[in-house]
Amino acid sequence: MSDWAYSNVVPWWPYVFILLGGWLPTDMWRYLGVLSANRIDETGEAAAIARTIATSLVAAVIAQLVFYPSGALADIPTWVRVTSLAAGFAAFELSRRRILLGILAAELVIGGWALVVGLG
Amino acid sequence: MTAPDPELPERSTAHWILLGMKGILSPPALILTTAFFGFAGLCREAGISWQEAAFMTAVVWALPAKIILIGAITAGTSLPAAAFAVALSSLRMTPMVVALMPELRGPKTRTPTLLFLSHFVAITAWVFAMERMEDIPRDKRAAFFGGFAVTLTAINTVLVAIVFNLMGQLPALATGALAFLTPVYFFTSLYGSARDFSGRLALFCGMAALPPAHLLSPGYELLVAGIGGGIVAYAGGRLLKARREVA
Repeated sequence: MSDWAYSNVVPWWPYVFILLGGWLPTDMWRYLGVLSANRIDETGEAAAIARTIATSLVAAVIAQLVFYPSGALADIPTWVRVTSLAAGFAAFELSRRRILLGILAAELVIGGWALVVGLG
Repeated sequence: MTAPDPELPERSTAHWILLGMKGILSPPALILTTAFFGFAGLCREAGISWQEAAFMTAVVWALPAKIILIGAITAGTSLPAAAFAVALSSLRMTPMVVALMPELRGPKTRTPTLLFLSHFVAITAWVFAMERMEDIPRDKRAAFFGGFAVTLTAINTVLVAIVFNLMGQLPALATGALAFLTPVYFFTSLYGSARDFSGRLALFCGMAALPPAHLLSPGYELLVAGIGGGIVAYAGGRLLKARREVA
């Protein structure tokens, strides 16, 4: 498995990984949309399940970043990351769904924590 | 807006391209740009180079596909599994493009032009185009859309490269805080754009499924949690609908 995972030991492999793992499986659907003459039923059950899986995949990445982060994110404690996301969501809901205010509130939690522990 | 205003002189293609470019200052485009600051931070955290981050922005463009790819890179997922997860997430590009084509296609628009333009379709550009197309003369729509969508992709590609490099000067905490923009952006925007209960349920199911998937199938946790969470959310949505119909 690890042979086919991302690594930058070989300089061209990351680009092949990005092209085959990112570009191809995204642009093929766009091209199909241009070339398919007939309409696709967006209200069908297959489309509905495709939508929930697409949402759930991104949700899994969100959870990965909140619960199992790497790099500098891992230096921020889990409870701060969870509180930050919760505060962001609360601000988003209270502000009639303004994404920027949600982001601001989430960042304030991380900034506030950094000030308190003296990292700022 | 049906018939073009006879008072207005015929505007050139360049005019429509410029008008499309001006769209990058619209609120949705600016929010997306903020999300790309976060994406640059995320790429740095994942340990890829700035060239790879910029390349990924240009060739994939759709942000959900890119963060799943970054997630796969971080989790050490094999290429076929990563491509499969990205393909599942990008599946909805097809109905989006299909809906856009009749709006975009002019009498003389060639298919290669449409294939080229379709690469720049992602949520932000799609919503932008669908909202405005009826006000644009049909033979200028491809120019208008290209002006907006190609510029949006180009600017964010350059921005990812610049922000990624500037972050080298910042303390690690600031990089972490920037990277955390991404989960907050996606959580709120997916919650806000969910069409029905099953969409919001999918958001919670996908998150809840990740920790067990992480323990049980390392390397494939995104696929397992994504597909598992998605199916549970779909079933939950159906169940609720059936109950409501009975009641």
